[in-house]
Amino acid sequence: MTTLADQPVTASNESFKLSMLLNDTRYRSLTFQFIALVAIIAFMAFVGGNLVRNLTEAGLNISYAFLGEPSGYDINQRPIEYDSQSSHGRAAVVGLLNTLIVAFLACVTATIFGVIAGVLRLSNNWIVSKLMSFYVEIFRNVPVLIWILIIFSVMINVAPSPRDFRGDDAVASMWLFDSIAVTNRGVYLPKPVMGDGSMIVLAVFALSVIGIFAFRNYARKQLFDHGRMVPVFWPSIGLFFIPAILTQFVLGNPITLSYPSLQGFNFRGGITILGSLIALWFALAIYTGAFIAENVRAGIQAISKGQTEAAAALGLRPNRIMSLVVLPQALRVIIPPLISQYLNITKNSSLAIAVGYMDVTGTLGGITLLQTGRAIETILLLMAFYLTVSLLISFFMNVFNNRMKLQER
Amino acid sequence: MKNTLFLGALACTALTAGVAGAATLDEVKARGTLNCGVTTGVPGFAEPDANGVWQGFDVAVCRAVAAAVLSDPNAVEFVPTTGKTRFTALASGEIDMLARNTTWTFSRDVDLKFEFTGVNYYDGQGFMAPKDLGVTSAKELDGATVCIQTGTTTELNLADFFRANGISYEPVPIETGAEAVQQYNAGACDVYTTDASALAAQRANFEDPAAHVIMPEIISKEPLGPLVRHGDNEWADIVRWTLNALITAEELGVTSANLNELAAGSDNPEINRLLGTEGDLGGMLGLDADWAERAIGVAGNYGEIFEKNIGESTPIGLARGLNAQWTDGGLLYSPPFR
Repeated sequence: MTTLADQPVTASNESFKLSMLLNDTRYRSLTFQFIALVAIIAFMAFVGGNLVRNLTEAGLNISYAFLGEPSGYDINQRPIEYDSQSSHGRAAVVGLLNTLIVAFLACVTATIFGVIAGVLRLSNNWIVSKLMSFYVEIFRNVPVLIWILIIFSVMINVAPSPRDFRGDDAVASMWLFDSIAVTNRGVYLPKPVMGDGSMIVLAVFALSVIGIFAFRNYARKQLFDHGRMVPVFWPSIGLFFIPAILTQFVLGNPITLSYPSLQGFNFRGGITILGSLIALWFALAIYTGAFIAENVRAGIQAISKGQTEAAAALGLRPNRIMSLVVLPQALRVIIPPLISQYLNITKNSSLAIAVGYMDVTGTLGGITLLQTGRAIETILLLMAFYLTVSLLISFFMNVFNNRMKLQER
Repeated sequence: MKNTLFLGALACTALTAGVAGAATLDEVKARGTLNCGVTTGVPGFAEPDANGVWQGFDVAVCRAVAAAVLSDPNAVEFVPTTGKTRFTALASGEIDMLARNTTWTFSRDVDLKFEFTGVNYYDGQGFMAPKDLGVTSAKELDGATVCIQTGTTTELNLADFFRANGISYEPVPIETGAEAVQQYNAGACDVYTTDASALAAQRANFEDPAAHVIMPEIISKEPLGPLVRHGDNEWADIVRWTLNALITAEELGVTSANLNELAAGSDNPEINRLLGTEGDLGGMLGLDADWAERAIGVAGNYGEIFEKNIGESTPIGLARGLNAQWTDGGLLYSPPFR
């Protein structure tokens, strides 16, 4: 033992020779790392220098002054005030918000699709499990751009155009008592209009949401302390709807709905959800949902069968086994790949231009780039945007993951 | 994203290859082909025919330049570009010239560092709508959904027009003309707007062209012409004067029918200078004496090219209008060959 331990000491006493950088395993990796580092720095310096030199030769320069100039173009979906006199910078922000909107909607929907499909794929029912594997395989193995285009072209060709709603013998009609119009330009929903006293209704609604959480806590306490099962589902539903609706009636309908109606070329006076948003949202959700389904399946299968059997032996019903025993444990396997699916959705949303949805790639990286010709500046900015958004999503999901993961002792 | 990737890739090419040097003429001669940027397909202007051979009004300019420089009108590599990719393709040196319904504007000329070498079609932006919509003027379009090709001057004109008239609209941005037509025909937009010439060209391909009207308003000036990179004046001169040779040929009555006869020498000194039997205009350009004869020989003079591709006898059926010779009340006016 002592002789073995002594050997490195004697080795380090040897005088350092240059050949040891290559021949000695202790230094070799360092040598190569150093060489790689120098090569990368040299390459970056070469590319950067080349860029600057070529730009100067072509008489161009890197400048972000264009961000303050009027953009001159219009955007069809404006989460914030914007018109053609607003600046390119503002157009970029509008685009960024549009990216975040579609990414958020698609993440939520994809998670729902994925969890349902992933759980059902393990169903004992042959038809259900085969249907779900069919869904997963079909949607996972066709590129998302194709799905976006398919869904969009089906939508614009199948849904009626607004002019079909016109006239006495209209070909198309609105849904749900003339309140919702589904057209090939988008879906028009009634918009709530806040009248006097509507704040009270909203306050009651907020209170009842808090009430739901309180009730669930109470039910949990009853279960843990006294072993009594208090039904939770129907009371929660009741709490959600009844107080707010009652207040609405008692106060004499302070919140009214403004229904969309056909005026001129389009429906107006409601909430518009653009067809391009729907197509993009749905395509991203259903495509990524297929991947999430596989993650969920992997997570569930990672939980040993003994857990399920033990829970069943305790007398839990199958849906409770899934929601109380299996899924909470499966989450720690599911969440890390889920993070990367969320990042994929955010990045894939840049395919928006295929259906004319004005995301940040469409405004800043599309029209602004072309109208100003500032390719390098806009692409750099675009990269920074996506990097920031992705890192933020990653950060928050990692925080969530850390809270969810098994606390090992 | 395709295009962004493409732009990114081009930017990288530009970085490593460097902005192409000054002598485009030498490069083209050494390569033996002319790289000419065209549209991805606008009937009459630039579109491959059934045999995959590019045909059209803009294509004819590329072929004329190739004939003048390389003595072969078929020595052209046509590079289809979209509204988004065209300028990067030209700036990076991927193409030697761009002949693609591109509007000559101040900022493109000055800020983007391009050199417009003339105007081969005086156009203006128009609107097309289905006849049964009952709209007769663009000013009645309040609240309409408008399909528009993104990244073009038409996008800006549209915003200006509606703003100036105090009416509102919903833009539907679309990448290529073909997709725009698809959406327009499906009723996803009420109106389609682009250059009036392209509207006529695309309407010609509809099932029932008569069911669509082009509004009388022309809301912008769109002088369309070939362009090259800034900084290579010799190359710009060649493209500019090839176009001028086609226009001058029509003015002087040089046609594909009498070209050979006139090239042998005529009584008109300007025809002689143009066709190289008098003076040394070709030599001044760095070409030989017959350059213009070859350029005109490809498909005839400007008027013949116009009639063959987009004139009134074609399905596109455009009248000469502003694009008539100045002697016929149009705007075509080539500086003299002297």
